[in-house]
Amino acid sequence: MEKDIKLMKGNDAIAEAAIRAGADAYFGYPITPQSEVIEYLMAEQPEKRTGMVVLQAESEVAAINMIYGAAGAGKRVLTTSSSPGISLMQEGISYIAGAQLPCVLVNVVRGGPGLGTIQPSQADYFQSVKGGGHGDYKLIVLAPASVQESVDFIKLAFDIAFKYRNPVMLLTDGVLGQMMEKVEFFEQQERKKEDEPWATVGKAGRGHRNYITSLFIKPEKMYEVNLELQKKYREVEKNEVRYQEIDTEDADYLFVAYGTTARICQKACQLAREKGIKVGLLRPISLYPYPYDAINKLADKVKGVMVIEMNHGQMVEDVKLAVNGKLEVGFMGRSGGIIPTPSEILEALENKFINK
Amino acid sequence: MTEEIIIAGFGGQGVLSMGGILAYAGVMQGKEVTWMPSYGPEMRGGTSNVTVILSDEMISSPILNEYDTAIILNQPSLDKFEKMIKKGGTLIYDGNGINRHPEREDINIYRADAAKAAASDLKNPKVANMIVLGALLKQNPIILDENIKKGLEKALPERHHRLIPLNLKAVEKGKEIVKIIREV
Amino acid sequence: MLMEALEDLNLGDETIGVAPVGCSVFAYHYMDIDMQQAAHGRAPAVATGIKRVMPDKTVFTYQGDGDLAAIGTAETIHACNRGENITFIFINNGIYGMTGGQMAPTTLENMKSSTSPYGRDLKSMGHPLKMTELVANLNGVAYATRQAVHTPALVRKCKKAIVKAFKLQKENKGTTFVEIVTNCNSGWKMRPVQANEWLQKNMIPYYPLGDIKK
Repeated sequence: MEKDIKLMKGNDAIAEAAIRAGADAYFGYPITPQSEVIEYLMAEQPEKRTGMVVLQAESEVAAINMIYGAAGAGKRVLTTSSSPGISLMQEGISYIAGAQLPCVLVNVVRGGPGLGTIQPSQADYFQSVKGGGHGDYKLIVLAPASVQESVDFIKLAFDIAFKYRNPVMLLTDGVLGQMMEKVEFFEQQERKKEDEPWATVGKAGRGHRNYITSLFIKPEKMYEVNLELQKKYREVEKNEVRYQEIDTEDADYLFVAYGTTARICQKACQLAREKGIKVGLLRPISLYPYPYDAINKLADKVKGVMVIEMNHGQMVEDVKLAVNGKLEVGFMGRSGGIIPTPSEILEALENKFINK
Repeated sequence: MTEEIIIAGFGGQGVLSMGGILAYAGVMQGKEVTWMPSYGPEMRGGTSNVTVILSDEMISSPILNEYDTAIILNQPSLDKFEKMIKKGGTLIYDGNGINRHPEREDINIYRADAAKAAASDLKNPKVANMIVLGALLKQNPIILDENIKKGLEKALPERHHRLIPLNLKAVEKGKEIVKIIREV
Repeated sequence: MLMEALEDLNLGDETIGVAPVGCSVFAYHYMDIDMQQAAHGRAPAVATGIKRVMPDKTVFTYQGDGDLAAIGTAETIHACNRGENITFIFINNGIYGMTGGQMAPTTLENMKSSTSPYGRDLKSMGHPLKMTELVANLNGVAYATRQAVHTPALVRKCKKAIVKAFKLQKENKGTTFVEIVTNCNSGWKMRPVQANEWLQKNMIPYYPLGDIKK
């Protein structure tokens, strides 16, 4: 069979991947730099291709609650937004996590705080990974580093979301959303045919009613539900850690970076090796669950770890937890939509560990 | 082999679309491709640039400090990117509106007065970008002509396909008029 | 009564109800159908999500005045404006009943509540909101009516209105909106009989009963 290869913008590719993953519905509200997702869907009319529903909501608040409703019906649903819009969705995300509903969320991150800038950023790491809404819950967070991964992870995210009945977020940024790359698409997946046993689809033929809620007024019951969630998160931590190591076998120094920044670090590794400095890269792919063990092991082999982010130091806290005091962890970050360049990154590593 | 290219000019000079055609042509040639535009307010009116990376391997950073090749269509872009070309790299520029010409002695410099040729010879100023692309391909045939045609077919919407012959003519024009300023 | 209407139409097995925060959180215990609990004010968006992926099912929201007419006004207006094929059951008792009797958007002029202890002052607290009249203006709304349940005759009428709303939903006519003016004995700090009298004398003149759009 001929390969289905296209040159596509990250945002367009995410929209196409959603259709191909057999999604039942998209609810969203436009915001730069990701409005192409809903624009692509509206132009493509997936209702005619697969029966997938697309609706422009009146706000991000409404969009995430439409997701809640349709996810509660056991359907494959997703929304996409960018940082300020994701902030507005936090209440709904907490409810979705509390009611244990599967869904896919995409945050094409832009610089903040506040209205900020429309340029790329990684300043929503804490919000995504540590729980941006209220209560003791976890999002499963995947960080693609290419248009190809943005496509592949949409399908993966739906699988994981349904496996654990938990929201899964793709954390990308303006670079990944706006750039075009060569992508190979997976085959069109069928939309779901069977109802989930827990879904609210009308109680016909079931004999008992289903009830989607995150409200448990009795403390004992709420405690029990929280323990159940924690048990689930331990399973996720056991099964769903993903990361990539590049040139770490002989590395004296290690970069840790995700998404766009990991790509830039890869170039910085090449530049370093041209200068005779052996640098490797560990790229966390899942940001929750985090690859603590992999980083901890590498900390035994290298002389220094340098974390690079498009923010002022968020993931570096997890790297420090992973390294657990074995050696010094350096950090370099840019924010406000300024993207660090390969030579800047290399210079930061050299200043921290080599020229000191 | 990896070719890291920056294309820069004013918004409206067809910078992004030239990059798009080159990127599509790269896909047709079986290469890994990244097309990374500057985006945001600068898209409207101001300067516009796009990084195109063509490679036989997986592409790392879409953000670069230096480029193998720069295709420059206005003075601000020349001022910004001339110094960011790798030693031994290539600069191709349209002389239209340029007061301060490139000065570096450690890179290859070519000039193609595309805006002028597009208006006078091809009677369509919009294809100036394709003339410059032709100039690049003459000096560095990274992409085969047949793939440029296929790239155009992919990049242009169906309703514009009647313009493909004109675009190909523009590419040929660029190959004709390109002048060597300096080779190292 | 809501459940009776669904039973009469034989819809109970294919209905999904959405009830948010407010007195309506207790709705679950009285309704033996599939239900979702929504965040405060978001029931119309949740119901939209459910209905869009299952257009053949019957979907309703059961919302109080604080929920539908204050925090969730945007979701209410836009669901109605899109003409979502859902039914709103809007319980208007003029007060935030569940959380201890605070002022609602529907609280009447001079009416006392825990956050308007000297009575609602129109100048500083705004006017009681007539939601049903508001949504009746929207093209997406097929049926908007105001009902009450403080006499047996009114109960029968109200049930008829609910049946009509669900029938219209089945016929894909657009949004149907049934307001029910009711009392909140504890919130109003009155005995039931006294509360019914007060409702008839004060609430009904401001919130007149009957169909506003049919």
